Amino acid sequence: MALQGLEIRRSSASLRGGGTGLRKMATVAKYIDTSTCIGCKACEVACQEWNDLPNAQTSGPQHGTYQTLPTMTANFWNLIKFREVETQDHGLQWLMRKDQCMHCDEPGCLEACPAPGAIVQYVNGIVDVDPEKCIGCGLCETGCPFDVPRYAQATNKMAKCTLCVDRVSVGLEPACIKACPTGCLQFGDKTALLEVAKHRVEQLHGDGFAQASYYDPQGVGGTGVITVLKHGDHPEWYGLPKDPTVPTTVSVWKRVLHPIGFVAMAAAIFGAIGHFMAFGPKKPKDSSRETGGEV
Amino acid sequence: MASLAATFGRGAMTNGWTDIKNTDLVFVMGGNPAENHPCGFKWAIEAKKNRNAKIVVVDPRFTRTAAVADIFAQLRAGTDIAFLSGIMRYAIEKKRFHEDYVKLHTNAPYVIGEKFQFTEGLFSGFDQTKAEYDKNAWQYQADPKTNAYMVDETLQNPRCVFQLLKQHVSRYTPEMVEQICGTPKDQFIKIAEAVTSTGNPERVGTILYALGWTQHSTGVQIIRAAAMLQLLLGNVGRPGGGVNALRGHSNIQGATDMGGTFEILPGYLKTPTGATQTLAEYLEKGPPTTLNKQSWASMNYWQNYPKFMVSLLKAYYGRTATKENDYNYALMPKVDGNYSWMYLFDDMYRGSSTRAGGKEPGPEGLISFGMNPVGTGPNSPKMVAALSKLKWLVMVENFENESATFWKAPKEYGGAAPKDIQTTVYQLPAANFAEKDGTFTNSSRWMQWKWKAIDPPGQAKSDQEVLARIFLAVRDLYRKDGGALPEAVLAIDWGYTNPYAPDLGEVLKEINGKALDDIKDPKDPTKIIKKKGEQVDGFAQLQDDGTTMCGNWLHSGVYSSAGNLAARRNNADPLGLGMFHEWAFSWPANRRVMYNRASADKDGKPWDPTRPGIVWNGEKWVGDVPDIKPDSPPGQFGAFIMLPEGVGRLYSPVLNDGPFPEHYEAIEAPVDNVLHAKVTSNPVSKKFSTDKDKYGGRDQFPIVCTTYRLTEHFHYWTKHHINGRLNEVQPEFFFEIPEELAKEKGIANGSKVKVTSARGSIVGPAVVTKRILSMNLGGKKVWQIGFPIHWGYAGDPKHAGPLANLLTPSAMDPNTWTPEFKTFLVQVEKATGENV
Ligand code: SF4
Ligand code: SF4
Repeated sequence: MALQGLEIRRSSASLRGGGTGLRKMATVAKYIDTSTCIGCKACEVACQEWNDLPNAQTSGPQHGTYQTLPTMTANFWNLIKFREVETQDHGLQWLMRKDQCMHCDEPGCLEACPAPGAIVQYVNGIVDVDPEKCIGCGLCETGCPFDVPRYAQATNKMAKCTLCVDRVSVGLEPACIKACPTGCLQFGDKTALLEVAKHRVEQLHGDGFAQASYYDPQGVGGTGVITVLKHGDHPEWYGLPKDPTVPTTVSVWKRVLHPIGFVAMAAAIFGAIGHFMAFGPKKPKDSSRETGGEV
Repeated sequence: MASLAATFGRGAMTNGWTDIKNTDLVFVMGGNPAENHPCGFKWAIEAKKNRNAKIVVVDPRFTRTAAVADIFAQLRAGTDIAFLSGIMRYAIEKKRFHEDYVKLHTNAPYVIGEKFQFTEGLFSGFDQTKAEYDKNAWQYQADPKTNAYMVDETLQNPRCVFQLLKQHVSRYTPEMVEQICGTPKDQFIKIAEAVTSTGNPERVGTILYALGWTQHSTGVQIIRAAAMLQLLLGNVGRPGGGVNALRGHSNIQGATDMGGTFEILPGYLKTPTGATQTLAEYLEKGPPTTLNKQSWASMNYWQNYPKFMVSLLKAYYGRTATKENDYNYALMPKVDGNYSWMYLFDDMYRGSSTRAGGKEPGPEGLISFGMNPVGTGPNSPKMVAALSKLKWLVMVENFENESATFWKAPKEYGGAAPKDIQTTVYQLPAANFAEKDGTFTNSSRWMQWKWKAIDPPGQAKSDQEVLARIFLAVRDLYRKDGGALPEAVLAIDWGYTNPYAPDLGEVLKEINGKALDDIKDPKDPTKIIKKKGEQVDGFAQLQDDGTTMCGNWLHSGVYSSAGNLAARRNNADPLGLGMFHEWAFSWPANRRVMYNRASADKDGKPWDPTRPGIVWNGEKWVGDVPDIKPDSPPGQFGAFIMLPEGVGRLYSPVLNDGPFPEHYEAIEAPVDNVLHAKVTSNPVSKKFSTDKDKYGGRDQFPIVCTTYRLTEHFHYWTKHHINGRLNEVQPEFFFEIPEELAKEKGIANGSKVKVTSARGSIVGPAVVTKRILSMNLGGKKVWQIGFPIHWGYAGDPKHAGPLANLLTPSAMDPNTWTPEFKTFLVQVEKATGENV
């Protein structure tokens, strides 16, 4: 969704944004304290409702979990990941983490995207897909270290969490934050929320979780989602990659092509062909349901 | 709630949701608030984040609440009394209880009569043939000289409550707890340590529980044990403390307050019985008698009983109720025998009743108002069969639920063929909560007015209109045709502006009460405190001479001359303790923490000055609305004004199954009681004896099973597709099966499992989990499984599923007749083509 009123910091396959003349605006962030999340899924439902997404066909129990779906889909952008982990020091842990787009400071999706303006990063850090410009090639998937963007067959577009940019740009908090009953979700300026995160992590250290930390991986320049983890040394227990970076294939390729804005269209075509050569025809994630395992 | 009334004087959450933020320790047992009360649970999280409070969870399963807890331990379903008694023992042995509080605010120093004994699992006074106790065997010892309570302030008298309690719980050593509950000893000690860390003035802890304690054949005594533990630790009456019953429905507290069960009238006045034919006889039995003649006397607030009852009769019968005719007391139904839910259905199924002595026919018809007996009663095959015996059934409901369609229940419910069922079913569409105004009384006892959001659809009507129209039609019939005792109906005052659909604001005013004549100031009779026709300001102004009327004394004050206080929405909190005195109205008297006199010491100074409840300032009590006469100096009255003793009851001689809680096994249990094998289950718990009441043995059904809810669903409603999203996020029924058991039985995630109890079988997919472990009970390995309750055969067929209560037994607690939904025995098999 291209939003009027919010200036663009970066844009896929074009020179738009990226430097001069931008109004200064604080980077916003979502704070997620997994140690006080109760996995109630109010945020899932709020996301579905606000974004008017159709109901997903789910069958949670068949996978042996309370988790709604094995992974996010083009119509399900906010997913609580449930996982039972036996630990040495703290016995059984039932970990619940809200998964969604991380709104990377250096978004691999945007880097990988060959269609001009299809993925933009607003001046406040929100990374968004403009469906009018998206060509549905799916390259953003290859650029994202968090496995977030999803191809929707029905629209032939990519879809993901927008951090409720439509709400945020008019001064509201994202729908998930509004719905969260425990207050484990907060929204605001990233600098302020980092302080909240530091404080909570200290508390967790005091509670005997020596490895507690917050997740704001620098490999992607930091993220617009700050996630407090009791077991900070094991982000993979929560379904998070340990040291995410934008795949080098994507960044190298981009560095070559990025300045050549006018060949963006060609790049898009090249990209699509490249994708075909590398991975075969695009398979919509929606229909290839993974089972059990991780969740 | 029976246990809280028996211990503290009132049957409700002692503190309130917002008060939980003041605590140092949240002890959750018999409940799963993160799952079932997620919005209220935020206050526990607040305490954790802002006060570094610890959350301790003990449950048969590792729950969503356990996921955010600091300490978790698994226990065997239904063994909570052993666990709690173990903590009491630990507190006493290790001197980790609040001694000054115990001496001042509990009956620990009171001496008990010689007749009280406990031997081999039985309290004295047991009548084998009736399976009942004679409570006269449990009375206090009166001082022979003064005839007042005999007390020993040193707590040394071997017959004082403290010593008797110490002896009673001495058997619950950590080893014994491990053997009974299956909780490893070291885990138990860790929890006992954490919980008893609040047994002092500096710290305070809260207990949160819900139906995981209530729904057992020992349910009331489990809650008793918790209430006693909190008294020992000095946690009752203090901000951040209390025993907090989390109510599962938005207005269940309000329903109980208004006389929702057969044995009580509004405000917990007693339903008259045949034994009290006149008002004088009735009133004599109303207030409890007290032996308290000490300076530390009890206000014994129930001595105002006549004022409440006469005002209620004036509300019922209006002008026709006069002093001369006993305020029409004679017209009140006198209820003998047990008309609780379970007994009604038993009578219905058997087609006859012996409740009132002689044999009578069973009920012919049933009006089921916002109820789904087939869904919510235990042993659903019996519920289905019982409804088949009725001539008529009126369902007042939002949806066509399992009870409305009982006549076409699937075959596994064992009902007769539809053509053989003669019951006429009427479905009256009812408005839902958003389609009508009125109040919700939440767990915190806050009566909160709500405004209608939209009109009800189609022909649906508000509850008050349905009731009013039925009443008016019945009254017309009595007027026209007469009948037995027509006056009982004709005398009812129905002076509403719109008699067909009374305005609920008007009803709330009636509940609050008003002056029917000028009310004089008792201190100065020349002054008038309320003019005729004015709303009273609270129950203190009610009279016993017919000059006031009041629909529920306990709620009085909610709609005073200051207006509808339930509609207040001011969230100012000047005390900073989450009391919000100008938000809605909290009964009684807008008090936020009950028994708050106990938050202060003998001089009226708060135990913890950083969290004062009320404080004596030399002239009066200040802070929260005092739960004591506001100008009575410390030392004049005890903190528990509703009890004749004036103090909290560690020993309570009023319940049907004993003055102290004792561990009894569930009616269906995997082992015998190790404490007393001869009295293995609660000796006075109730069971039924029809062919539909089947109870299973451990040989055939070796696995312990429990039932619960999911946060994604709302009762049995979600499958009616009120919101497709909720079905989306938790789409179907499942069983939770421990990993190791699943392995043993060859069950994988999602594979179909058949679970069978003595009542029947259900089949569904397995969720194989690490969150339930096997238990070692003195060398015997025992398994537990569980499953959620939200499905059934009514509603959107896409979301149909088994009714949980197909498997649950009709066994009951002897005080409240609450069924034992939370512990029963099953067998688990992999479902194959043949056995399904
Ligand atoms: S998480 Fe993935 S989709 Fe979201 S901004 Fe980062 S790279 Fe893009
Ligand atoms: S709403 Fe909040 S508590 Fe509930 S699942 Fe989402 S993040 Fe967790």
